[in-house]
Amino acid sequence: MSNQNDNATDFHTFPDATGHFGPFGGRFASETLMDALDELSAMYTKLKDDPDFQAEFDKDLAHYVGRPSPLYFAERLTQKWGGADIYLKREDLNHTGAHKVNNTIGQALLAKYSGKPRVIAETGAGQHGVATATVAARLGLECVVYMGAEDVERQKLNVYRMRMLGATVIPVTSGTQTLKDAMNEAMRDWVTNVDNTYYIIGTVAGPHPYPTLVRDFNSVIGREARRQIQEQTGALPDALVACVGGGSNAIGLFWEFLNDRGVDIYGVEAGGHGLSGDEHAAPLSKGRPGVLHGNRTYIMADDDGQIMGTHSVSAGLDYPGVGPEHAWLKDSGRAQYVAATDEEALDAFRELTRVEGIMPALESSHAVAYAKKLAPELGKGKRIIVNLSGRGDKDIHTVAGIDGLTI
Amino acid sequence: MSRIAATFDRLNSEGRKALIPFVTAGDPRPDVTLPLMHALVAAGADVIELGMPFSDPMADGPAIQLANERALASGMTLRKTLDVVAEFRQTNRDTPVVLMGYLNPVEWMGYETFVGRAAEAGVDGLLMVDMPPEEGEGLVPYAKAAGLDLIYLVTPTTTHERFNAIVERASGWIYYVSLKGITGANTLNVDEVEQKLDWMRQHTDLPICVGFGISNGEIAARVAKVASGVIVGSALVRIVEAQQSQSADEISSQVSQLLGDMRSAMDRP
Repeated sequence: MSNQNDNATDFHTFPDATGHFGPFGGRFASETLMDALDELSAMYTKLKDDPDFQAEFDKDLAHYVGRPSPLYFAERLTQKWGGADIYLKREDLNHTGAHKVNNTIGQALLAKYSGKPRVIAETGAGQHGVATATVAARLGLECVVYMGAEDVERQKLNVYRMRMLGATVIPVTSGTQTLKDAMNEAMRDWVTNVDNTYYIIGTVAGPHPYPTLVRDFNSVIGREARRQIQEQTGALPDALVACVGGGSNAIGLFWEFLNDRGVDIYGVEAGGHGLSGDEHAAPLSKGRPGVLHGNRTYIMADDDGQIMGTHSVSAGLDYPGVGPEHAWLKDSGRAQYVAATDEEALDAFRELTRVEGIMPALESSHAVAYAKKLAPELGKGKRIIVNLSGRGDKDIHTVAGIDGLTI
Repeated sequence: MSRIAATFDRLNSEGRKALIPFVTAGDPRPDVTLPLMHALVAAGADVIELGMPFSDPMADGPAIQLANERALASGMTLRKTLDVVAEFRQTNRDTPVVLMGYLNPVEWMGYETFVGRAAEAGVDGLLMVDMPPEEGEGLVPYAKAAGLDLIYLVTPTTTHERFNAIVERASGWIYYVSLKGITGANTLNVDEVEQKLDWMRQHTDLPICVGFGISNGEIAARVAKVASGVIVGSALVRIVEAQQSQSADEISSQVSQLLGDMRSAMDRP
C-alpha cells in the first residue's frame, strides 16, 4: 500500500460511497444509530452541492467567524531558526479562538436544515464545546455538552464559558472520565434522543459521514492558505505542518494540497513524555489499526484490545484514536506523521510568544515545535506553512502551573 | 443443525419461549462467571449471552458499562472469556453460548484466531454490537466457515431495506431491540413490539427474540407471548452489582432468583 503516493492516485476522490478511505473509516456503529447516520448522509449529500447552503456557510464564515484568516510570514522566527521561511495560518484569530468553529458553523447549519431543536457535543478541553455552545446560542438551539468529569475539573474556565452561553455541561464519570468517554456518552444520548437531536462531532472521527463532513467544513483552511501563499510568494509551499489529535485542523489544511505532490505533508502527534513509553497520544506513530468510535483507524490499545488512557500536556490532542483519513494518508505514504513531546511543545509555546508576540494553543505548539526541526533541514528559500490552529489564552493556567505558579 | 437452531426447534415443539440471560464475563470477578453460567441454566436459561468486556461500550447504559469496568478491573480478558466457555462446555453440551461485544478486542486478537479459538471453546454464535452487516467482511467469512451463528440487531428505526439486508446475513435468531436508546432503559411498549414482530415475521423464518427494557417476570411473560424469546441483561447485571462483594454462590443464587421468576412467569399458561 505504501506505493499509492504516485501521481495516479487522486486523493480528492476519498472516501468511497460507504465512507471508506482505503481500509479505514466506514461505519462501525450499532444498528440503533444506522438510520440516523443514513439520514445525515442523505441530507449532507444533498446540501453540500446546494449553492444556497454553501452561500449561507460562506457568509457565516466571513461575517461571524471573521474569515479569511491571515497567512502571516513570521520573519523574526524564520531568521532565528535560520532555515525555511515560516508562514503561520492564523486560525487562532477566528471567533472563539480556534479552527473548531469552522466545523460547528457548518454542522449547526445542518442541524437547522434538519429541523432538530437540540444539539449535543462531546468535548475534551472544552474548545469544541465552546464552539458548539456559541453557534447554538446564535441559532437558539438547546445545547448539551458531554465532558469527562476529570476534564470538567481541569477546565473550569471553559465549563463556565459554555454555561454562560446557555449550554448544559454534563460531567461523564464512566471509563477514564476524559474525551473518549464523553464521546461514548454523546453517542448514547444521540441514540436515545435521535428524533429531536443533532450530534455535532468535534473532529474528523466517528462513523461515516462525520469524518467527511467535518473535513469539508474545515477544508476552507487549506483553500485559503493555497491561494494566500501563491499571492504572497508566487508559488506553492514546500511543506505543511499541523498538529494531529483527532486531526480536524490538520486535514483542513492538508486537503486542498493532497494532489500537489511537491508539497510535503507532516502531521504532528502528541509525544507526551516520549514515544518510548506509554504516556503519549500518538496512535499513528505507535498504535495499530483497530475499531473505535464508529470507524477503523489507528488506535492505542493494550494487548487485549482495550482502549488505553493517553497523555498529553495539551488536552485537545489527548485522544487514543485519530481520523481515518489520516490513517489512510499515512499508509498510502502521502503524509508523514511525527511527534513532538510535551517539553518541545512548551518550548515552542514560549518561543513563538516571545519572538512573534503570538501565543499559540498548546495543541498548535506541537506543530510549531516540529517546524523548528524541519526549517533548517529544508533550508533557506523553502516555505513551510504551519497551521496555528488555536490561540493559547486557554492554556495560560496549565503553563503557569508547570512554572510552579498559581494564577 | 447448530446448537442454537436445535434449541429453538425443541422449544417450539414444547410450545415454550426462549429465556436468554446476558451477563458480562468476569463481572465482578473472573472466578464468578463459570458457576454463574451453570446457575443460569439451572434457573431456566435456554441460551446464555456472554458479554466480552470492552473499555468503551458505546451502546450500553450505565449498568452494563459498570459491569464492563468491574470485569476489566478484575483482570478479565478476551482470552479468559474464551477459556470460561471451554470450561463450561466440559459439563454442559447443550446450552448454546453466544458472545456479545465490540469489535476492537476481536480485531486485535485477529479475526481468524478469534473465530478458531471461539469455535474450539464451544461458542455457538456471535453478536458484534458495532459491526453492522455492511462492515462484516473481515469477520463473517471465518465465522461462517466455523459454523458460528451471526446474530444481528434490528431496531424500531431499521428500515425495510436494511431489514432485508440483515436477514440475508443473519442466522440463529434476530435480536429485536425493543426501544430507541441504550441497554437498561425502561419503557417498553408491548403492543408496538407485537406490531413490529408481525411485520418482521412476514419476511423471515428466523426466531425473533426481544431485548432491552425487560426487567421483571411480568414484562418477560408479556413479551414472550409475542416473541420467540426474551433477552434479559441489565436487570441481572444490576443484581451482580449489588452483590459484587459476595461469594460466587451468593451472586449466582441472587441472579438465579430473578431469572427463575421470569421463567415461571413465561411458562405460566
